[in-house]
Amino acid sequence: MLKLEHINVIYNEGTKLEKRALDDVSVHIRPGEFVTILGSNGAGKSTFFNVITGQAPTQSGNVILDGKDITHEKEHIRSKTIGRLFQNPAQGTAAGLTVEENLALSAHNNASLFSFAVKKKDIALFQKKLKVLNMGLEERLKTPIGLLSGGQRQAVALIMAVLNPPKLLLLDEHTAALDPKSAKTILEITDQLVRSEQMTALMITHNMSDALKYGDRLLIFNDGKITKDFSKEEKEKLKPADLLEFYEV
Amino acid sequence: MSLAILTKAAELGLIFAVLSLGEYISFRVMDNPDLTVDGSFATGGCVCAMFTINGNPILGLIAGFLAGCLCGCITAFLQTKMKIQPLLAGILTMSGLYSINIRIMQGAPNVSLFSSNTLKPVWTLLSNANTQLFVLIGIVALVAFLLYIFFKTNLGLMLRATGDNEEMIRASSVNVDSMKFLGLGLSNAIVALSGALLVQYQNFADVTSGTGMLVLGLAGIIVGETIFRKHTIASGLLAAVFGAILYRILYTIALKLGFAATDMNLVSAVLVAVTISIPHLKKLRRKNRA
Repeated sequence: MLKLEHINVIYNEGTKLEKRALDDVSVHIRPGEFVTILGSNGAGKSTFFNVITGQAPTQSGNVILDGKDITHEKEHIRSKTIGRLFQNPAQGTAAGLTVEENLALSAHNNASLFSFAVKKKDIALFQKKLKVLNMGLEERLKTPIGLLSGGQRQAVALIMAVLNPPKLLLLDEHTAALDPKSAKTILEITDQLVRSEQMTALMITHNMSDALKYGDRLLIFNDGKITKDFSKEEKEKLKPADLLEFYEV
Repeated sequence: MSLAILTKAAELGLIFAVLSLGEYISFRVMDNPDLTVDGSFATGGCVCAMFTINGNPILGLIAGFLAGCLCGCITAFLQTKMKIQPLLAGILTMSGLYSINIRIMQGAPNVSLFSSNTLKPVWTLLSNANTQLFVLIGIVALVAFLLYIFFKTNLGLMLRATGDNEEMIRASSVNVDSMKFLGLGLSNAIVALSGALLVQYQNFADVTSGTGMLVLGLAGIIVGETIFRKHTIASGLLAAVFGAILYRILYTIALKLGFAATDMNLVSAVLVAVTISIPHLKKLRRKNRA
């Protein structure tokens, strides 16, 4: 599914500030896998995502998605097959557009440019998808999304990410900015959607129990390297306290 | 104030409503203050004038529109492909256009639409004093309506979202650079159409006609937004149209009160500066109270 081979990312190369963000990282993610990722700040987790999406240039190494080398493909081309959710809910949605317009934006990736964005038949689909969230958002399709709470915005962003199920879904601490209750809801919906759409997903988190509870593989990043790679079976035997010895929180 | 003066003000207001509609795209929808306007407004007028004196007034409006689109694309090119700061990119285009505009008018700084044979202005859509008001209403309504429809299409939605949240659009398979070409191209095309209409209305094209147009168009938007406060596309477009007309009428009243016509650039500039700083001033006051 996704293969990274000997990826090196060095920031400010050749200066005093030189930082090896990713140091010869190789990993193979299998189709349908839901991988959680832990690591301290600056360990390279976000750079890892940025390499996959094309936001961070690599000094060397290859990124292969579904057998195709995408190392030099432009960001907006890759994003046709890669969905991403950020920590800040404001990042994943356009505040001035209504809920239905935001949804239409991601639903109509390949639709005709000059046809109306929000059609009658879409509204029924959007309502059905939003109902799953159980937040009453299906009644608020015409509300500018900037007026919703962070949790609600993130929930819509999640639905947007899976309206056209991407080959690969990247979740970059997507619940870190939310209150505990919304965070839990969003995580559960994420898990449910990843399973029902059979997506391959990578999730960065800072919460060790979440990292163990969700997903079927766990990667731990340290100093730009993947230092631990637990399979589902190994992961199930771990407790949050065990993880403390693998990286600095 | 007589009805004739009021009609005149409304007519000019309608022409500047087109200008405000164009600027609404760059300033509000794309959140990309574009200084090309002072140049592209004049370019639209110059191109239109040359077509009109050669007997093609309608083609002149279309050509002015397309010329403006090209001006916007130059700014977009400088912004996206050459990585020049947005403000500077606009200034560079505007500055360069001054020379181009004089070239367009074959070396003359201004062109009159009076025919040398009949000593009368050549025919345009705005020639008839009895119908020009209605022609202008029709044009403004058409431009506003088409823009409204456009902003509801998939492409329009992408453009709006680019202004709202560029990062999200980058992550969603839309080419942000193309959106900038589209937005600035369309914005300046409409600005240039306004310039073209003004030339046909006044039967006169001048290379300096663009000076101060950026601020004038913005003043129209800002005046309109005090009436149409909702942050929807329909409300924004209505604000641009009615704001521009209202601002022109206020302008006419100010002239009657003894302001010199040359004072109006200052008035517009102060109006825009004050209005934009109001939210900040309010915040300061709240802070001081707390």
